[in-house]
Amino acid sequence: MTTAGSDRRAVIRDSLGVGVATGLYGTSFGAVSVAAGLSVAQTCALSLVMFTGASQFALVGVLAAGGTPLASALTALLLGSRNTLYGLRIGPLLDFRGGRRVAAAQLLIDESTAMSLNRPDRTLARVGFVATGLSILVLWNLFTFLGAVAGEALGDPKTYGLDAAVGAAFLALLWPRLSDPVNRGVALAAAALALVLVPFTPAGLPVLAAGGVALLVGLLSKHEDPTEFPEAGG
Amino acid sequence: MTIWLTVIGAGIGCYVLKLAGLSLPPRVLEHPVVERIADLIPVALLAALVAVQVLAADASLVIDARLAGLATAFVLLLVRAPFLVVVFGAALVAALLRLWG
Repeated sequence: MTTAGSDRRAVIRDSLGVGVATGLYGTSFGAVSVAAGLSVAQTCALSLVMFTGASQFALVGVLAAGGTPLASALTALLLGSRNTLYGLRIGPLLDFRGGRRVAAAQLLIDESTAMSLNRPDRTLARVGFVATGLSILVLWNLFTFLGAVAGEALGDPKTYGLDAAVGAAFLALLWPRLSDPVNRGVALAAAALALVLVPFTPAGLPVLAAGGVALLVGLLSKHEDPTEFPEAGG
Repeated sequence: MTIWLTVIGAGIGCYVLKLAGLSLPPRVLEHPVVERIADLIPVALLAALVAVQVLAADASLVIDARLAGLATAFVLLLVRAPFLVVVFGAALVAALLRLWG
């Protein structure tokens, strides 16, 4: 089966659209991160090295709330584990080997996964993955830098409500998963548990402990739960 | 210095998690319990992060402009506003409340 040039162009066009939309919200990460007390350089290093939005927001959010660096790193890593899940699913479809796999791995995020799933052949899956991942990598880092510089120029984050923006960002990241009733129950239980623990545990721990709800429900529930993938452009 | 170590260490850790996904045999996922837990972890963590970011102040729970920001985000998400509008909309409402408060 050959891939027609027009199919390829259509996939690239869609991928760039998702790339621009996602890359732009690097601005909010940059602003939130310097508001949390990280320097512009540390903020940019996160976008370049970690390059997975939810984990980045989690790391700076836990630090801003007074959590230890270790708790912030663990939260980021736990959230980053969903990329492993995506990789296990789309790895055989993309079939990158050797050096190309080592390079492609950095591009493995929600959006690149969404844009390579359900393609009719390997070529189109790879085109969707690389075009989406690369465009986001470039734009996310550029807009992180701009957001960080702007955030630093603004001064006290509370004046501009940037501390309130962090909760909004997490809700927006969670939103697509809330259509499932089991997920809604887990979300409510995890939020409640974290709040109950806030007065009694060091900052950062309530969030990690809430991860235990996922463990418990996963172990006890019997129902089928097919892997959820992000929607493209979400 | 600790922050730099955290940024770089957790960053590399997240990269390794991605590379593992592309490198491990897909049958790792064939265990339904592993798959369910892996799927629920982001839900639990993100929900807890929402709650703590909005209601916690050090070791106590407080209701302030952040909650109004979250309510704004909720409404904006209901009407399918884009991510940036949701985030900066929440910030704007919180900032205005503080200005008038």
